[in-house]
Amino acid sequence: MNAIIPNQAIPNRYGMPDADGRFGPYGGRFVAETLMPLVLELNRAYEACKADPSFQAELDDFLTHYVGRPSPLYFAERLTEHHGGAKIWFKRDELNHTGAHKINNCMGQILLAMRMGKKRIIAETGAGQHGVATATVCARFGLQCVVYMGAADVERQSPNVFRMKLLGAEVIPVTSGRGTLKDAMNEALRDWVTNVADTYYLIGTAAGPHPYPTMVRDFQSVIGREAKVQMQARRGKLPDALVAAIGGGSNAIGLFHPFIEDAGVRLIGVEAAGRGLDGPDHAASLQGGRPGVLHGNRTYLLQDEDGQILEGHSISAGLDYPGIGPEHAWLKDIGRAEYRSATDVEALEQFQLCSQLEGIIPALEPSHALARIGEIAAEIGKDGDVVLNMCGRGDKDIFAVAKHLGVEL
Amino acid sequence: MTTGRIDARFAALKAEGRAGFVAYVMAGDPSRDEALEILRGLPAAGADIIELGFPFSDPMAEGPPIQRAALRGLKAGLTLRGTLDLARAFRDGDAETPLILMGYLNPLETYGYAAFAYDAAAAGVDGVIIVDCPPEEADPLSDALDAEQLSLIRLATPTSDDARLEVIARRTSGFVYYVSVAGVTGVKEAQSASVAPAVERVRRASGLPVAVGFGVKTPERAAEIARVADAVVAGSVLVDEVAAALEAGEPAPARVLAKVRALGDAVRGARVTETV
Repeated sequence: MNAIIPNQAIPNRYGMPDADGRFGPYGGRFVAETLMPLVLELNRAYEACKADPSFQAELDDFLTHYVGRPSPLYFAERLTEHHGGAKIWFKRDELNHTGAHKINNCMGQILLAMRMGKKRIIAETGAGQHGVATATVCARFGLQCVVYMGAADVERQSPNVFRMKLLGAEVIPVTSGRGTLKDAMNEALRDWVTNVADTYYLIGTAAGPHPYPTMVRDFQSVIGREAKVQMQARRGKLPDALVAAIGGGSNAIGLFHPFIEDAGVRLIGVEAAGRGLDGPDHAASLQGGRPGVLHGNRTYLLQDEDGQILEGHSISAGLDYPGIGPEHAWLKDIGRAEYRSATDVEALEQFQLCSQLEGIIPALEPSHALARIGEIAAEIGKDGDVVLNMCGRGDKDIFAVAKHLGVEL
Repeated sequence: MTTGRIDARFAALKAEGRAGFVAYVMAGDPSRDEALEILRGLPAAGADIIELGFPFSDPMAEGPPIQRAALRGLKAGLTLRGTLDLARAFRDGDAETPLILMGYLNPLETYGYAAFAYDAAAAGVDGVIIVDCPPEEADPLSDALDAEQLSLIRLATPTSDDARLEVIARRTSGFVYYVSVAGVTGVKEAQSASVAPAVERVRRASGLPVAVGFGVKTPERAAEIARVADAVVAGSVLVDEVAAALEAGEPAPARVLAKVRALGDAVRGARVTETV
């Protein structure tokens, strides 16, 4: 099979965002004035790379030989039998180098950063997957790497902290605010505004000021482009639905985007309901939040009646963010995508079920998507096909899961 | 007309042949009542213009001092509505000192731009500085503020080239706030030599007075800036006095106002000293 399908192969009449980076009312560039020239320059540099075939060729080469793309489209036969509905397929991005989809975006952005002549890379991370992917590409290309991580997350995700350090990154625990992902993002922005000349901010999700939501989406869209070709090859048709977990939303938008024009394909995102949407302990910005401005973009946010941002909660540190990429906000408003949710408890159940039925230990993030796959497969029916983005593997989560199950490791 | 207070103040400063002193304090820091006491004491202590911060949970352009001040303000329960009440209470006793609200956009998104502009004007506010609302995103806010004759004061920075300054100067009034270092508030100090030409560039591009802030911690520093700028802004060093007062178990207003006096005197004396 053809390794990488270029961007241009899929027509995009949908045409979002506009020139100012807006998806309807969402997106935009809400950053401090010091950063405005930088995000404008980044946009110019990204547009130049997009138009440069040598950039795409270089990226494709690394995606093939370093990341290990294309990732397989796997028929999850026993899970399909278990649920008794549509055929369930896994897009296996957990098999990528570093164990998650995050590296697709990091590889694209690091090549861009080098073309811009930047020597110092900064990133924020929650669970540590994006931090590890960033540290990995920085090691590969010999660039300085600084990762901001909430002090609470440093504590919870110590194996990933060690991996980042092994890869040569400096990990800075963030104690401001409540010491989680949103505070790490604040601190990364403070670093960027202080080190404007040599520093590239490598954002890990499809959020932030324009062009980040678009750029991250484009780099992650390799997932959906491959899935489209693979489904055609296996079933001679498009899938009936795509399902993906949503934190900031990068794996979901990467899978969805090449299918946005295909009206017959349902796009379903699954947010983290934490301890339940009826209480305050969840991270479901689309279903439990309302529009506002944070971290460079207008989007749905968890916030109080004064516009102060609330902490998200999820068992998955990768979904534990009070915002969502602006394109998801738009897709929700126009009704093109549907958004559901799964609780901590449901994710834990699916983590075990998938391990036992398929021999695949999923990360806690896709475990949320797995929690809705049974009902979606039933809605679609036996003749249909549904693709779930297996966006990360669960190795990083075994300590947290063991703890929740009351097992001493 | 509310914008008039800012213009009148800068005209008076020009007539006196000196730079103005802009004092930044945080609403509700350390409590509503003490913040009001500080506000009321500022003009007599030497503040020509007041910037009143309204707290936000995620102040991503602030250094540690103002981050902590925002947390104290939030802990004291100061919402944007509460900040407007505080502004009104100040304005009841002072008809002349320009009062600028400074903060982040999301509380205004929640309040509603038009409602905010209406209530802010009614409270006697003269202008606003919104850190994370660059000109590209500001038109709806500008429309709302224009309707109430409130100034939207813009920031210019060391990364602003001439083309960028043109963009910044559009739809702005009152004055331009020149952020003298690339960085967060209250950490780095600018190279003095770089400030004068930058102020000149901003003045030329905007046709407005230029206030310079970020990294002004000492009277000496304030005086240096006062020789080249139309106004000098200090913030972190003032909210740090609140923190120090809390730590020492002292009343915050006296400490903050003493610091304002020291900085204000330095600004007042700066150009006089030069000619002696």
